Amino acid sequence: MLLAAFDWHSLFFMFFALLTCGFAVAMLFSDNVVHMAFYLILSLGASAGLFFLAGAEFVGAMQLMIYVGGTLVLLIFGVMLTAQSRFISMKTRSGEWVMALVLGGSLLFLLLTAAFRVEDWRDGNPNAADIGIAESKTTTQIGMGFTGVRVDRLDAPEDSTLVPGMSGYLLPFVIVSVHLLVVLVGAAYMARTKRRATSTGAAA
Amino acid sequence: MAEFFHTTCSLPTPLAYLVAAIIHCVLIIHVVAVGALIFIWLERKVSGRIQDRLGPTRVGGAFGWLQTLADGIKLIAKEDITPKDADWMLFKAAPYVGFAASYCAYIALPFSDGWVAQHMNTAVFFILAVLGIEVFSPILAGYASGSKWSLFGAMREAAQVVSYEVPLGMCVVVPCMICGTLNLVTIGNQQAGLFTNWLAFNDPFTFVVAVVYFTCATASVNRAPFDLAEAESELVAGFHTEYSGLRWSFFFMAEYGSMFLVSGLAAILFFGGWNGPIPIFQVLGWSESDGVLLYLARLGGCLNFLLKGTIGVVVMMWVRWTLPRLRIDQVMTTCLKYCVPIAAFGFLGALFWQVNELPTSNDLPGIGINRFEARESWVIEADQQRASRAAAVTPSPSDVPIGPIGSVEFDRVEALVMTGGAR
Repeated sequence: MLLAAFDWHSLFFMFFALLTCGFAVAMLFSDNVVHMAFYLILSLGASAGLFFLAGAEFVGAMQLMIYVGGTLVLLIFGVMLTAQSRFISMKTRSGEWVMALVLGGSLLFLLLTAAFRVEDWRDGNPNAADIGIAESKTTTQIGMGFTGVRVDRLDAPEDSTLVPGMSGYLLPFVIVSVHLLVVLVGAAYMARTKRRATSTGAAA
Repeated sequence: MAEFFHTTCSLPTPLAYLVAAIIHCVLIIHVVAVGALIFIWLERKVSGRIQDRLGPTRVGGAFGWLQTLADGIKLIAKEDITPKDADWMLFKAAPYVGFAASYCAYIALPFSDGWVAQHMNTAVFFILAVLGIEVFSPILAGYASGSKWSLFGAMREAAQVVSYEVPLGMCVVVPCMICGTLNLVTIGNQQAGLFTNWLAFNDPFTFVVAVVYFTCATASVNRAPFDLAEAESELVAGFHTEYSGLRWSFFFMAEYGSMFLVSGLAAILFFGGWNGPIPIFQVLGWSESDGVLLYLARLGGCLNFLLKGTIGVVVMMWVRWTLPRLRIDQVMTTCLKYCVPIAAFGFLGALFWQVNELPTSNDLPGIGINRFEARESWVIEADQQRASRAAAVTPSPSDVPIGPIGSVEFDRVEALVMTGGAR
């Protein structure tokens, strides 16, 4: 039958991917700051839909909670409280377009080359029905790597300087998270000093 | 359900999935929309009785039970007005965002054992995430209306909902910790048996946490005494001042939808879900049988759940018509100085109780069940496979069954972490 021959999974994937990309482009081409934020919400929400489609409910919910929920509430707060005139419009200058294109293009190039270098992703579409959940690629290895256990190196010959299997990425992970904490504290500090300056200025 | 249509009705797989999805969607939209109809009528009756009035009496016979339908027809007939200063696109979109978020959260909410649109392993987390999105609807509405009443309402709403999510999340963690899962179906099944098995009565701390959860849930769905976003004595109608007709009613459907959602979540997390106070169906053995009896048992569970959710909604109404509205600073004080510390204290207390294995109500002799016999199917399978692997003396690599979570690798890592810690 025609219906059975159709690849419904790819159809839904295309649908959500189109939504994601379409709203991202709409965000680029809109002038109004709040409209941009709204399009960004929709784009991020559609990418959460992609995760749900892939069966990664936790990552999808994470995407909704952190990106859509948390960041965008902050964004809307920032935009709405800082916008001086209510319908603030941002015109992008041509120089900025060029700059953004160069930056975005180089980032895309980097990502694409990195993605095509992964051996496992090269050979065509494996039949999804043949792959059990256990053999499919999950993020477990990366997660274990961050907490200090290299799952892929379990069979490697023992190195006397390293605890076997324990040569993970724990230290960089901790450094990055401490760095993030410092940034957060710094941001809070700057926000507070700014407010104090304006209040004293108003008093004077 | 998709398998049922595929095998029994011999539909092709995609069509079977489509039919199953449509059935789920239609059922859930009836819960939200018809639920809103009933709850709005109920709210009028309850408020009337609390204020020593009769409430609606005329439309549809004795109890005025068709009042909401009449209101609905009136709302549809109203003119759909967009203010001149409004941001046209966002103004039109805002009601749908709220309704869609409220509706979407129902996907993961089980109504009885296994009766859930999408069986998720992280259902609790999903519902919390989607509830967090709902706040966009008032914010967008308030901003796009181009009216300062609306903007004030939206700002209050945003501040309130964002801060109440902190204690709400803390309270939700407690039942998940006790049950060891984020799966709502499993959490519900672990509370089977007498009502003493309900997690609210597990230990004194969980009862405190249940009360705090209900307070925070009331605040996060904007019900009085926390309804500052639509404080009509100060802000006309807050974020929906400029809305009329059907768009306005979408906000109300979303509000009543999320009221039932948070009450239902409270019922599952703390008050036994679809398990009645006395396990009639278990005593009769219907919940272990199959066919019609099992279906009846689950239907009874569903009615139980709906009743519990409705009781939660009625309590919210009772609170609304009893307590005066708080000021914004009092709302923030309630959240930050009372709810957060009490939730944290309750969390620590419940943790202490679990870690020290102090006696819980679950240990009572009688019909008390072993909570950890109710697990997700994949956990049970993995445990069985691991046990069978351990039983086999020399398993050859080819016929080692691979568990869903992590197969041989996972066991090795577990062993490694154990020995590595000893080093």
